[in-house]
Amino acid sequence: MSGVRVLVGTRKGAFTLTSDGKREKWDISGPHFAGWEIYHLKGSPADPNRLYASQTSGWFGQIIQRSNDGGKTWLQPGTPPGEPTTTPQGLPKGESNKFVYDTSPETGKPLTTHQWYDGTQHPWEFKRVWHLEPSLKDPDTVYAGVEDAALFRSTDGGKTWQELAGLRGHGTGPKWQPGAGGMCLHTIVLAPGNPNRIYIAISAAGAFRTDDGGKTWKPINRGLRSPYIPDPTAEVGHCVHRIALHRSRPNVLFMQKHWDVMRSDDAGDSWREVSGNLPSDFGFVIDVHAHEPETIYVVPIKSDAEHFPPDGKLRVYRSRTGGNEWEALTKGLPQRDCYVNVLRDAMAVDSLDSCGVYFGTTGGQVYASADAGDSWAPIVRDLPAVLSVEVQTLP
Amino acid sequence: MIRVVLPQPLRTLARVEGEVTLEVEGAVTQRSVLDALEARYPALCGTIRDHVTRERRPFIRFFACEGDLSHEPPDAPLPEAVATGAEPFLVVGTIAGGSGQALVTEGR
Repeated sequence: MSGVRVLVGTRKGAFTLTSDGKREKWDISGPHFAGWEIYHLKGSPADPNRLYASQTSGWFGQIIQRSNDGGKTWLQPGTPPGEPTTTPQGLPKGESNKFVYDTSPETGKPLTTHQWYDGTQHPWEFKRVWHLEPSLKDPDTVYAGVEDAALFRSTDGGKTWQELAGLRGHGTGPKWQPGAGGMCLHTIVLAPGNPNRIYIAISAAGAFRTDDGGKTWKPINRGLRSPYIPDPTAEVGHCVHRIALHRSRPNVLFMQKHWDVMRSDDAGDSWREVSGNLPSDFGFVIDVHAHEPETIYVVPIKSDAEHFPPDGKLRVYRSRTGGNEWEALTKGLPQRDCYVNVLRDAMAVDSLDSCGVYFGTTGGQVYASADAGDSWAPIVRDLPAVLSVEVQTLP
Repeated sequence: MIRVVLPQPLRTLARVEGEVTLEVEGAVTQRSVLDALEARYPALCGTIRDHVTRERRPFIRFFACEGDLSHEPPDAPLPEAVATGAEPFLVVGTIAGGSGQALVTEGR
């Protein structure tokens, strides 16, 4: 019988939650990497046993972890236990956490400045990996979105990382600025069927697309309006929170922006608002039903100053019309005195026949719905604050 | 023999318990001790010093012999008691790191 594995990154470690296809009884494993912030962990679509995790700390910096057995054991790529820890030349092999901006004349771009919170210019500084996106085809290839915003790629299973510097070198960098969480590249969407096309999003620069495998990039923000920048319709400067697509329609994108839920039908070349009847169009997560390309999910949050649900009611909103018309999904979710947040990487869907939907909260709950959102139940209630949720559908 | 005490998270990363002991050839300095530490435990590369600049990470401190050596030059000799192994060299995560981190990740 098929099953699911939910990968949960939290403020103080990682957890894996597994169940069979009924998704009623769950086994909880963790915490892995206890005490560390796990910004994101995700499995390879090409090999479900291959997982990558971003382990980070304000004290000790960035660590990349990899599992080859579905999360039972983990290693830092490049430093597997039991093997020599230095190269034949005597140099350390621990390079898997080495993210160095490419400033080389051959492939890199000069390390310029970006806009700081106060409007002054500030140098680029690597801080952490926000998001890991494994290749759709190759388990050893994985992309990393980092703060300060840049995109890196590893083609050796996470041992070494190279920046795709064309993005940072787009030329608009001095206008990019940090969102409340920092200036992070938090969304990486690989277009199904087109290995050269990648969508990314940065807070607060906006969305970008490459059609040549990452060499060159264009901003795709036409139609976005952001009153918190001098020109609300500027080419860059928008605080995009999350982008999602359905694998059958790689040109149709859905976006949760700082405020506004948006839709594009032309691969991001233009956007239109589909917030419709949402009680608030501020939020972080957005995702698409596994089998219904026009069914999308968001979790409205009251405002950018009040990071909790409107009226203290935790409600997922579902649109079956690709936006504009939304219904509240409340069965099994707290409908009073609830003041948690749902962060941008903390929603996922499985691909079982009855689509499962999952999300985690800053209050440490992970909720699951095995019926596409009609009803919900917590898998766990008391984890550390949840930073990310991914799900693997297992054979 | 040099004795090094790591904070618990780094002990977990390096898969060690208790103190670490190192052989350091030549002058015993912050740099030579950390070079020896990273060579023996590559998993620690980048966690104490920046990969590129080789400077101490902001929320890491170095103590020994009841003194704060964090701002000593990296090539300055460490106290004799550290060089002889009588006292350990302590790598410490600052007490302020957690709150500072929280301040900048509110929007995660």
